[in-house]
Amino acid sequence: MKILVCVSNVPDTTSKIAFSDNNTKLDTNGVQFIIGPYDDYALARAVELKETAGASVTVINVGLVETEPTIRKALAIGADDAIRVNAFPTDSLFVAAQIAEQAKGYDLILMGRESIDFNGGVVHAMVGEMLGIPSVSPVMKLDINGTKATMTIEIEGGKEQVEANLPLVAGCQEPIAEWKIPNMRGIMSARTKPLKVVEAKSVEVTSVNKSFELPAPKGAVKMISADNVAELVTRLKTEAKVL
Amino acid sequence: MNILVFVETSEGKVRKASLEAIAYAHAMRGTTTAIALGKADAAELQALGKYGAAKVLHASDPKLDEHVPQVYSSVLAKAMQDENADLLLLANSSLGTPVAAKVAIKTGASFVSNVTELPDLSSGFTVKRSIYTGKAFAHVAMTGAKKVITLKKNAAEAKETGGNAQVVAYAATLNQADFNTKTLSTEKATGDILLPEAEIVVSGGRGMKGPEHWGILENLAKALHAATGCSKPVSDMGWRPHHEHVGQTGVKVAPQLYIAIGISGAIQHLAGVNSSKCIVVINKDADAPFFKAADYGIVGDAFEVVPKLTEAILASK
Ligand SMILES: Cc1cc2nc3c(=O)[nH]c(=O)nc-3n(C[C@H](O)[C@H](O)[C@H](O)COP(=O)(O)OP(=O)(O)OC[C@H]3O[C@@H](n4cnc5c(N)ncnc54)[C@H](O)[C@@H]3O)c2cc1C
Ligand SMILES: Nc1ncnc2c1ncn2[C@@H]1O[C@H](COP(=O)(O)O)[C@@H](O)[C@H]1O
Repeated sequence: MKILVCVSNVPDTTSKIAFSDNNTKLDTNGVQFIIGPYDDYALARAVELKETAGASVTVINVGLVETEPTIRKALAIGADDAIRVNAFPTDSLFVAAQIAEQAKGYDLILMGRESIDFNGGVVHAMVGEMLGIPSVSPVMKLDINGTKATMTIEIEGGKEQVEANLPLVAGCQEPIAEWKIPNMRGIMSARTKPLKVVEAKSVEVTSVNKSFELPAPKGAVKMISADNVAELVTRLKTEAKVL
Repeated sequence: MNILVFVETSEGKVRKASLEAIAYAHAMRGTTTAIALGKADAAELQALGKYGAAKVLHASDPKLDEHVPQVYSSVLAKAMQDENADLLLLANSSLGTPVAAKVAIKTGASFVSNVTELPDLSSGFTVKRSIYTGKAFAHVAMTGAKKVITLKKNAAEAKETGGNAQVVAYAATLNQADFNTKTLSTEKATGDILLPEAEIVVSGGRGMKGPEHWGILENLAKALHAATGCSKPVSDMGWRPHHEHVGQTGVKVAPQLYIAIGISGAIQHLAGVNSSKCIVVINKDADAPFFKAADYGIVGDAFEVVPKLTEAILASK
């Protein structure tokens, strides 16, 4: 079985977001970049399947050269080789088109349920559509039996058991697998694992980020004494008008 | 502008998020056609007129009762064509979002998800969307002739304005090859208020000490007609089901009121609640970071404060 894992390179979840160049660029000063947390679940499940079912695991990232440390980390966690599509990931459609271009011949394409920068939650659906194969998300449990995948997905207020044939695209989330931390041997071997750089195919982009904006700062918190909770109820009614 | 709105149903009932989508189309002063697929309550479909739908299409083929995104996207792409729609609107959801993405590809439309406000039409068509899990917004220009948009909760207010709409049967052409996923079973919490749609959320963290103490939270939630949520460690430890966990890696909520009890306010948790209109924090530690993100705060022991709060709410009714 050939597995492709799509990893995004995103600001660490604790990052403070700020913009530069007249609010047209993310200010990357002091921002640490990581593998998207959901992508980490996808990668962990892929490595488990490699160990239990004998699969090969390739990671792919659409990004410029600065994403290579993130790709190397994915290799250290257990992927066998990597592809970097050399382009800035401008929007989901562009990213999906690049992944679909490279994804032919894989049995299982694993992603995160969503990236934590642009939060589209759509690249998996788009890649499935482009390749004409099923896509399922968010997958909390994934078992492969021959050419059939059985999955548990989360829906609003519950869960569903879903079945589909391979090849398949799955957007993953916990508790599909435990995150894996690279060990020393993994880190050493990651340095020499193959990382292929390919140029991007051209895609017509019809949604363009013009500028960014931060939410209005929150006013100061109003503290209420624990002995006077009735005041909170009054304030929620008359001041905040939410009751 | 001709706007087609996908109406999502659950057990035949129209989801509130879809009412907001219709209100959004109405506020754009478009000619609004709503479309529901599979089992749907006839009276509820007629009532969509009250929110601004001029016409409601209903494809009632029982094969559509199963929510297969591939099938839904083919039907909606065709309906966009049949209705000559310039814009397709859907609510963000586990079904709506992938369906939207697929329709956009099938039709070659411009696509943006997580939209939070009405578009700016002053030069072209620009939408505001939430990014970085609510930590920022992007203004996105959509240049395609056809457009597909998914809406975040509260992008428009669902208000009753007009009267009932006429419901017209829509004959969907189904393609067997689209049935490429099969639902084996569904497990759903019934009767509960859905967390992503709730107007009030009562959420508990590790400060609640154990699942056996959730009763006081549930009483508060009941008094407020609220949904219950929790922090990630709480669902990780199995105190509460996974679909109740709020935050960066869980549900993103946007209620009128979010009450956080015994939750410290880690940035990953805040990422899921920062679209709430009003946040109340109850924590015994005055230095808990959550207070910085709150509108109202009470420093105190949850086991004392929460029952008192429930009483005060019941007394105020
Ligand atoms: C990649 C990543 C993603 C994450 N995603 C999420 C996410 O989506 N959602 C999420 O919630 N977390 C997430 N986390 C975890 C997050 O960092 C915090 O660890 C978590 O939110 C803490 O949960 P908590 O506030 O319930 O527990 P704690 O941090 O242990 O806080 C408990 C609080 O309860 C208070 N308390 C204790 N006893 C009482 C009492 N009797 N009365 C009142 N207050 C009391 C304490 O003062 C404390 O503030 C993520 C972490 C990572 C690394
Ligand atoms: N630049 C990228 N390179 C590779 N994979 C990506 C990239 N961006 C997003 N993905 C994958 O697509 C998933 C969904 O992303 P999104 O639709 O942007 O929320 C992510 O969890 C990743 O697995």
